[in-house]
Amino acid sequence: MTASEIGGGFGGKTHVWAEPVALALSRKAGRPVKLVMTRDEVFRASGPTSATSIDVKIGALKDGTIVAADATLRYSCGPYTGAWAETGAMTAFACYKLENVRTVGYEVLVNRPKTAAYRAPSAPMAAFAVESAIDELAKKVGMDAVDFRIRNAAQEGTRSSYGPVYGPIGIGPTLEAVKNHPHMKAPLGKNQGRGMACGFWFNFGGQTCVDLNIGMDGTISLAVGTVDVGGSRASLSLVAAEELGIDYSHVRAVIADTSSLGFNDMTDGSRGTFSSSMATISAARNAIKTLRERAAQMWDIPVEDVAWEKGQAVAKGDSHGNLPNLPLKEIAAASGTTGGPIAGHSELVADGAGVSFATHICDIEVDPETGATKVLRYTVVQDAGKAVHPTYVEGQYQGGAAQGIGWALNEEYIYGTDGRLQNAGFLDYRIPVCSDLPMIDTQILEIPNPNHPYGVRGVGETSIVPPLAAVANAVSNAVGVRMQHIPMSPPRILAALEA
Amino acid sequence: MRYIRPSSLEDAIGLLAQATGKASILAGGSDLLVKMKGGFIEPDLIIDIKAIDALGHIRESDDGFVIGAAVPCAVLGENAALRRAWPGVVEGAKLIGSKQVQGRCTIVGNLCNASPAADSVPALVAAGAKALIRGPDGSRTVAVEMVPVGPGKTSLLPGEIIESILLDKRLPNSGDAYMRFTPRTEMDIAVVSAAIYLTLDDQGIVQFARVALGAAAPTVLVVEEAAEILIGSRVDDGTLERLAQACSAACRPIDDKRGTIEFRKKLRVCWPSGSRSPPINVQDRNDGRHSSFDDN
Repeated sequence: MTASEIGGGFGGKTHVWAEPVALALSRKAGRPVKLVMTRDEVFRASGPTSATSIDVKIGALKDGTIVAADATLRYSCGPYTGAWAETGAMTAFACYKLENVRTVGYEVLVNRPKTAAYRAPSAPMAAFAVESAIDELAKKVGMDAVDFRIRNAAQEGTRSSYGPVYGPIGIGPTLEAVKNHPHMKAPLGKNQGRGMACGFWFNFGGQTCVDLNIGMDGTISLAVGTVDVGGSRASLSLVAAEELGIDYSHVRAVIADTSSLGFNDMTDGSRGTFSSSMATISAARNAIKTLRERAAQMWDIPVEDVAWEKGQAVAKGDSHGNLPNLPLKEIAAASGTTGGPIAGHSELVADGAGVSFATHICDIEVDPETGATKVLRYTVVQDAGKAVHPTYVEGQYQGGAAQGIGWALNEEYIYGTDGRLQNAGFLDYRIPVCSDLPMIDTQILEIPNPNHPYGVRGVGETSIVPPLAAVANAVSNAVGVRMQHIPMSPPRILAALEA
Repeated sequence: MRYIRPSSLEDAIGLLAQATGKASILAGGSDLLVKMKGGFIEPDLIIDIKAIDALGHIRESDDGFVIGAAVPCAVLGENAALRRAWPGVVEGAKLIGSKQVQGRCTIVGNLCNASPAADSVPALVAAGAKALIRGPDGSRTVAVEMVPVGPGKTSLLPGEIIESILLDKRLPNSGDAYMRFTPRTEMDIAVVSAAIYLTLDDQGIVQFARVALGAAAPTVLVVEEAAEILIGSRVDDGTLERLAQACSAACRPIDDKRGTIEFRKKLRVCWPSGSRSPPINVQDRNDGRHSSFDDN
């Protein structure tokens, strides 16, 4: 399999569709076969995420302590079962410290297209229900929405609602950051409302291979097996440069095809930069070991006396004091006479993907005459563990928020009475266009993941989990009516206002 | 399928009149090519009118404006005189699709596509625009609202082509405006839309009015009652309320993927904003971009 530029991943490309048909045809014809789906076919046949119906019940003491939480979550699955209800049920209450918790998930088979993975699959809908209920409960006990969540937030050592005990986590810090964010104190005008909500995603590690080859000119070629869906080549080049102590411009990362590396899991579960940076660090450290051996050989001293500092071999010990340092470039240039090409490899299972939390703030204006909404301001606060490439991390935060806002406000599959999809195209399936959204502010928190050498956590999916609820809480606060159905399209808001 | 690019209108009319199978006229192609690609139509003959020089220009005369059938909507927006005289018409044309689409699409194409939601048609209707039609038996001029007769259907006879759209010179103390409601800020199709043309007297009292609604009936709807309510008024809040009620009562929308009957009836007619704050209920997210009434 030759990897090609994929654009966005978002989970929908982690499934096998009609490719086997092309393979069979190719075998039969002895010629290459190209398979193209029209936009209409993509809408009809590639599968949306689940439609859901969710009931949530949460009990709290008058002092704001949650004592029990219960949710029943129903996920539509098209004609086949999957694992959609499971991730919804597991993530629903993951942000909170709960002594008594129960989640029941149902997969509902319907005569609709097969469902497919979509960025943090099943978590946004669960968060929509739970975070809406949390907001209502905070109001009922007379507490500020942020303070109520801070009081009940899970922390290090909390047994999560889905089983494992948390290590260091970011839910508390993101809430504290939101509490202190200028956005929370900004004044609101008429018909405007503010909402906030939290979200969680597990993240994944998986099987990963990296080859790091050092050229004769001292440049680095990094072959990676996780297809780049969000800037991971740049991030991994930064990581290799950091480990080797050389300039970023001397590293070039490529996505290798399946016959060039060992097995790699696909790019899903926000694992691209997390898992491949782990393998890159390991490969770079293996290369450094060889570089030290070669330097020791060139100097004719014991390898134990060679350290690697700032991209150079350094001879340690009083007896080697006068030896000038050997930069990587010189060791590479001499490699033909010291034992051949120098490389580092790594094949590993990237265990210990750190869970990730985010808290979002949203300001919305609602036109009470038409039900139309305008997102005035939006802020994402999320724990990245360690932001290797901060602008790409910011891009993931903004992209998730934008997709979530579209989902919350206008995106909808419209079926006719004949059960057929009526809006199989981007004219009537309304994702937001640029002018629909404000600049999305971001704040990156870094609570290191102890299982990664740099503390990296996956960042790609968590950002789509809170927006449905954050937008719903904002709209509900703006109009004074609890919005229980998404998308909150103009007709639906108008109907809620007049109900 | 044959594709022909004639250089004169006479040739185009001849080709169209003699065509035996399904013949389509291609200007910008923003409807035709989409329909062909979607498999909805498969013409035997395509007549591309973009090489006909007479159709590619906007001409201003003492009588007003003549807009050729092949003039892209973006070019309307570039014409300062037209923009000054008929801001509502230009606004409608410049709301179709995206910037890229506007570089190709034409108001005549928008008219002949005969969609009830066509963005450029309500303002043309409110402005009293006429279509100059040429056919094998000569030419005729009709009011633009006579061209579409139902969704996707026009009154054009076999062999007939709309050569141009005619707009009068704007009268003093007059203005026009177009507004629409869409869930998105752009690249969307009107759920409902409204266009208005007004002439005031020296005291600011409405002398003449024309109100047209889009996506409110099978074709663009001219609401005579709304005009009657406006004439003789100073467009105060009470008048606007009665105007809105008249429009809601007159419209005959349908339920479809873009909106329900109930929602469409509730979305009330827009009003070009002055310094007061009239009940502009069709949303204007572009801070006055649509408010193009001026009375110079």
